[in-house]
Amino acid sequence: MADLSLSRAIRWDTVVGALLIVVLLLSFTTVDGFGNALNLSFLIGNTLPIAMIALPMTLLVVAGEIDLSVASTAGLSGAVMGALWNQGLTIEAIIPICLLLGVVCGLINGLLVTRLGLPSLAVTIGTLAAYRGIAQIVLGSDAVTDFPTQYLDFAAGRIGDSFVPQAFIPFLVLLVIAVVALHLTPFGRALYATGASEEAARFAGIRVKRQKLILFTVTGLMASLTGIFWALHYASARFDNATGLELSVVAAVLLGGIDFDGGKGTLGGAIAGVFLLGTLQNVMSLQDVSAQSQIVVTGVLLVLSVLGPRVARQISVARAGRRAASAPVPKAPTPVS
Amino acid sequence: MTHPSDTGPAPVLALQGISKSFGAVRALRDVSFELFPGEVHAIAGENGAGKSTLIKTLAGVHRPDSGQVLLDGAPTVFHGPADARDAGIAVIYQEPTLFPDLSIAENIFMGRQPRRALGRIDHKATHEATLALMQRLGVELDPDRPARGLSIADQQIVEIAKALSFDARVLIMDEPTAALTGSEVARLFGVVRTLREQGSAVLFISHRLEEIFQICQRVTTLRDGAWISSEPVDGMTEDDLVRRMVGRDLDELYPKQEVEPGEIALSVRRLTREGVFTDVSFDVRRGEIVGLAGLVGAGRTEVARAVFGIDRWDAGEVDVDGKALTNGAPSTAMTAGLALVPEDRRAQGLVMDMSIERNIGLTGLRTTVKAGLVDRGAERSRSLDWAVKLQVKYARIADTVNTLSGGNQQKVVLAKWLATGPKVLIVDEPTRGIDVGTKAEVHRLLSRLAADGVAVLMISSDLPEILGMADRVLVMHEGRLTAEIPRSEATEESVMAAATGRAAA
Repeated sequence: MADLSLSRAIRWDTVVGALLIVVLLLSFTTVDGFGNALNLSFLIGNTLPIAMIALPMTLLVVAGEIDLSVASTAGLSGAVMGALWNQGLTIEAIIPICLLLGVVCGLINGLLVTRLGLPSLAVTIGTLAAYRGIAQIVLGSDAVTDFPTQYLDFAAGRIGDSFVPQAFIPFLVLLVIAVVALHLTPFGRALYATGASEEAARFAGIRVKRQKLILFTVTGLMASLTGIFWALHYASARFDNATGLELSVVAAVLLGGIDFDGGKGTLGGAIAGVFLLGTLQNVMSLQDVSAQSQIVVTGVLLVLSVLGPRVARQISVARAGRRAASAPVPKAPTPVS
Repeated sequence: MTHPSDTGPAPVLALQGISKSFGAVRALRDVSFELFPGEVHAIAGENGAGKSTLIKTLAGVHRPDSGQVLLDGAPTVFHGPADARDAGIAVIYQEPTLFPDLSIAENIFMGRQPRRALGRIDHKATHEATLALMQRLGVELDPDRPARGLSIADQQIVEIAKALSFDARVLIMDEPTAALTGSEVARLFGVVRTLREQGSAVLFISHRLEEIFQICQRVTTLRDGAWISSEPVDGMTEDDLVRRMVGRDLDELYPKQEVEPGEIALSVRRLTREGVFTDVSFDVRRGEIVGLAGLVGAGRTEVARAVFGIDRWDAGEVDVDGKALTNGAPSTAMTAGLALVPEDRRAQGLVMDMSIERNIGLTGLRTTVKAGLVDRGAERSRSLDWAVKLQVKYARIADTVNTLSGGNQQKVVLAKWLATGPKVLIVDEPTRGIDVGTKAEVHRLLSRLAADGVAVLMISSDLPEILGMADRVLVMHEGRLTAEIPRSEATEESVMAAATGRAAA
């Protein structure tokens, strides 16, 4: 019975990873039009927004918090981008402004949670509505589409004739940074402690509030980057861009075995969850499943993803319980080396 | 009271040759004893002696591998906790689990309230049945008041009333007093005596040996899962009992070394947190163990929290080695060489779902770092090193701490903080709820630390511990320091007088 929390998470990671492989294999063999490079590049490109936000979201949920305003922040960034473009600013000037805006959005969430001690679920439902509302005020019902072609090409294009979108490479860099931050740095280690027991983390000298403020801010930044990518990828900046994306992100992250109560899960699992969801959405589109029905599937997956790891954990606890239960600790210490 | 004998009443409960193994671990080995009506019977043993397994076997949670349980002389097999309850065996746990917003009566009759026509709850009948139970227990508790705000002792009394409402004849009390204050213990014991006089049989588990002598008639001792003895308490001494529990003469419980105090390591000046404590000033020197005594609620823990930075102070100053600490910043306190072993190890001292290795590692996240990343090798050897030094009994360093016994969990908390190499160590109730063997180990450790030049501030509600270990005793009363008593003059009387505000010593 090794590190239970870890072995359980690994077990669920493996389940999701295996599920992803099975779904991919099935899709390759049975779904017409799935396996060609163009479709695969669509699959990855359409999943990238979920994946990008899933990176900081995973860290947030591990630390015991959540941010539901991410899709609205993305939408707001896109709307501001469109409005400024209409004003005649250059794209090179607009992008930093939008990223800064994302930082501010995240900072507001973070300050409300850490300074006022409000639950992040409630705070970010509030800012979900507020940020989206501001987006509509900023851009109205306009759709801005005439962004410079080299940017549009980058966001929608793929590398040569391969199935890899150009934007996938920068994403991999972000993924590596997130994996290192969560799994290898003291910061990441402290997040697990905070998520599992915030009080014990505080008593161990971990600066819990600062840590959470950083996370919310980074989440806002990533959400605005995603909003910029979204507007360029679909060549359309509208106030309602990325509406409902938070549902997909949270569903994917929980599906990947990140415990909603915090303290458990790995980024590998979360990313497997993201691409599992992305693949299912792609297959449903190929099979002409309506967008509404796809949302139903996402919703059901969300419920299953909360249920799945719990059932898995209960099974492993029951097994461990049968092995150890309240057995006394062995008498002699058994130091390893 | 009476000592059951061969000619006395028949045992209500008898265990014959009970064994239970978990994998390779033999938790209970051929345990037999009898429990008679009208007796309070203690189960004594160190952590890991098999007490919990024994209770769970009687409560129907575990089924014994061999041997049998006789209830009123008839062999009985429990297929689950409900079976045991229906057979009249009830377990009262250390921390009661009442619904805080429901009334006492609703808590007792939860799920089986007396009904009127159309399935409506008969509140009057519920109220009266609860009142009758309270009268039987000889306590005055309003059946209609909500459980929220009841003292833990009263919550346990409600649990006992609930057990009686199931016609329980055997009550198992698992460390009921661990979280109680002195007067609450007295209240609970009043109820236990009433039950005994009414012919109930009580199985009583406690680490506080003096309580066994206070309330129990007989005591059964377990060691390493094996039955050692069952005998009357009368005529036994605490030393006799300890010898049976640990199987040898215990080293001195309070192994205090004499150390010449050095320079001032911790200096607290006029520290005030409004409404909590006021104008608290004291020093702790290198090599000294300073006891901080007082009644529960006097503000001792709150001072420790503020000094370490968990709570902010409103006025005053805290210096470690002459350098002022930042208000409300545990991380800077740690850097300055301060360590706090908090009062609640499960909620504050440890992340229960994390491994031993990582719990100890938490205090080293800023030191076991290579190129910005956690140095896992260094973390593991640091954790192993301290787990071994403190003789933590564990299977694997990667096991979660919730697999450990209470005493070993406390050792992990100590390991976690000693690994930081503190100059000043504050320990808050360092031996609460841990067995006597581990307690002596913790005391020896504190003594050795002081001898090595660490300044130790020890908060404790255990007066013998304070008197046995402290070079000086500070006493708090209602948020103020009321006395400073040197070791030579510290007695139970002088400390209690200051703690209750009767006299400034």
